[in-house]
Amino acid sequence: MANAAIQLIGINKSFGPVHANRDIHLEVPRGTIHGIIGENGAGKSTLMSILYGFYQADRGDILVNGTKASIKTPNDAIASGIGMVHQHFMLVDNFTVLENIILGTEGNALLNTSIAKARAELKRLEREYGLEVNPDAVVEDLAVGLQQRVEILKALYRGADILILDEPTGVLTPAEADHLFRILARLKEEGKTVILITHKLREIMAITDNVSVMRQGTMVATRKTSETTVEELAELMVGRRVLLRVEKGPANPGAVKLSVKNLTVRDARKVEMVKDVSFEVRAGEIVGIAGVAGNGQSELIGTIAGLRKALSGTVLLDGEPIDVTGTADPGNLRDRGLAHVPEDRHHVGLVLAYEEQENAILGYHDHKQYLTGFFLNRSAIRADAEEKIRNYDIRPANPHLKTANFSGGNQQKIVLAREIEKDPGVLIVGQPTRGVDVGAIEFIHKRLIAMRDAGKAVLLISVELDEIRSLSDRILVMFDGRIVGERDGEAGEGELGLLMAGVERREAAE
Amino acid sequence: MTEFFATLVTVLDSTIRLSIPLLLACLAGLYSERAGIFDIGLEGKMLAGAFAAGAAAFVTGSAWAGLGMAIVVAVGLALVHGCASITHRGNQIVSGVAINFIAAGSTIILGQAWFAQGGRTPSVAADARFNAIELPGTAAMRDVPILGQLYSELLSGHSILVYLAFLSVPFTWWVLYRTRFGLRLRAVGENPAAVDTAGISVPWLRYRAVICTGILSGAAGAYLALAMNAGFVKDMTAGRGYIALAALIFAKWRPVPAMFACLLFGFLDALSIRLQGAPLPIIGRVPVQLMQALPYILTVILLAGFIGKAIPPRAGGVPYVKER
Repeated sequence: MANAAIQLIGINKSFGPVHANRDIHLEVPRGTIHGIIGENGAGKSTLMSILYGFYQADRGDILVNGTKASIKTPNDAIASGIGMVHQHFMLVDNFTVLENIILGTEGNALLNTSIAKARAELKRLEREYGLEVNPDAVVEDLAVGLQQRVEILKALYRGADILILDEPTGVLTPAEADHLFRILARLKEEGKTVILITHKLREIMAITDNVSVMRQGTMVATRKTSETTVEELAELMVGRRVLLRVEKGPANPGAVKLSVKNLTVRDARKVEMVKDVSFEVRAGEIVGIAGVAGNGQSELIGTIAGLRKALSGTVLLDGEPIDVTGTADPGNLRDRGLAHVPEDRHHVGLVLAYEEQENAILGYHDHKQYLTGFFLNRSAIRADAEEKIRNYDIRPANPHLKTANFSGGNQQKIVLAREIEKDPGVLIVGQPTRGVDVGAIEFIHKRLIAMRDAGKAVLLISVELDEIRSLSDRILVMFDGRIVGERDGEAGEGELGLLMAGVERREAAE
Repeated sequence: MTEFFATLVTVLDSTIRLSIPLLLACLAGLYSERAGIFDIGLEGKMLAGAFAAGAAAFVTGSAWAGLGMAIVVAVGLALVHGCASITHRGNQIVSGVAINFIAAGSTIILGQAWFAQGGRTPSVAADARFNAIELPGTAAMRDVPILGQLYSELLSGHSILVYLAFLSVPFTWWVLYRTRFGLRLRAVGENPAAVDTAGISVPWLRYRAVICTGILSGAAGAYLALAMNAGFVKDMTAGRGYIALAALIFAKWRPVPAMFACLLFGFLDALSIRLQGAPLPIIGRVPVQLMQALPYILTVILLAGFIGKAIPPRAGGVPYVKER
């Protein structure tokens, strides 16, 4: 087809025994926004990395604007007019915006001329696409949304006609995401082609013209967005019907299990991250804390779980105080029936170099059932791990496999199984489904609801507003370290979004 | 008063002489570490460079041939470090330590085999060394009080390598902050993935950085053997490579502060030599060993508490592997 910006023909790519891309055919018409959707590990990122020259396909052809292109390095891709905005920004944090933009396209051995040229060009791009950003700002001082804008500018500065965005909204607030979509629409108006990789169906429906669905390394379907539905896409993605909204009955709140009063927490820089926060969690309810990442949620649950110290305030667990300003530690809290699924499973929740069975008892390893005298009881540990693997459908079902070799969803199940199976009275859960595929999300959500129905108190934080809304019985919104609002589980997204953005501040700024 | 001034000038003069090997090694380390390659092997490269300089100058009778050979040998070792840590993604500390051991052992063995003087090179004749240069007008300025003395005693009368070392400070600054190579060098030490996606070869960039390291650490070795001394003596670097690393951290990996850090360490060294055996006011006589340990004690104190947070280049020490 003459007006295809990108054509992929029979792309194949294997990493060892893993067939990441299998016979992929894809056609992206010029001047459109094309969505590529699929679960984690479906091969979307691999495919785009091939297109950008990060990897090379084992077989298959790439056609750019109808002519065959040999893309062996990112340089070749840039020369063909392909630009990429990576999921993890490829920016040098302590460089200025300008320095980041010219990196690799300086054009001259001395910087002063290239900087001047870039400054002028940046002004033009700013006007043309509405992409304002201060060229002399240091990148690490910019908000994430602005950093992403720098990434887009970088691609445009290199003359990209075709822009690939890999999970661009994962790190953005709803408002920032909306702004990004406006920018993408503007780019399309100016004749650019945009490829959007995501696992969020809502975004696909909101912004794309066409959508291709990937599953387990193959391209299973391409649809016009206007002619498909969220349900159809979700089914194509996982190969079966999924419930997007968790089904749950009404909550049955009982006695107060966890009570937080006037809690104030400072971080290492002595900045108050949690300011005078008070709330309660009752038995048999899920309380969700919504908020844009970095507004104190992490510090809040970290403090309650005994990972960091509070400056002041009290926390009562079953009416008994926890010494949050002093000696509280995760070990003794665990013994008192408070379990914690940390936000960052890679660094806090798991030791990735351990075998699955070792992680399955981590923190509980000094319980009698896992010991014979001074030594670990390997057979008891293995039996315990095997039981958890069965109950939580952890795959592959091998307790001796190194934890790093499990997928994100299965790693999260290992942590959940460990914490839930000890039957705690209070469960604190951070980002339960970050980097977890759709099938596992459903399973994890069901488990959390089951905890609630069993009369446990669940405190949930998540950056996914949809998750907070579908799970929580009550929603607390945190902004700038304070709880700025409480809503019930039925609260609308717009209403919560405004609270999360700290409405008053925004009005002042505008 | 004039006596004190004369003493001060003498101490400062030896400060400069003692700082130069530190400064050259420190700048050498700066290129490598700003590119994300930790280099604990500065000591070894310097030592091997000193040996090569002493041997080559003795054989050819030319100081410049000595310097050239020092640079060739040090660049060779730098490339070994590069091969281990860039191409083969080995542990940079282990590779650096290995280079130090190789240099310490092989210089003595080769020295003994070639010259049979217990591992040292024969004394290099004066015309095969880097000798003091009289700056123009030195004789005329000598009689002007203070300023003239400073000029003639302190600024004049050093070898060419001293002036080159000081010139390489602004030059390094200029390379780092005003050239394309410098921009890329700083970027690859912070986020090599950003460099890679910008279409620049990470290994080639890092190799060029370690070559710069080799050149400067070779020059540092040549200075030790052909300007500060008259030939190679075994283990003559005496830990200067490590002090240079400390100075680099102290300077937070920036060229101009690196110069001041090296001057400070050089000053402490000069002071400890000067104060040996001399009674101090109030305290009285201080053991020689304590004076000799002074620079190291101060290094520890300074590094432990007085420089604020030194944030190394973020990708330092981590081999670059494309993520899957």
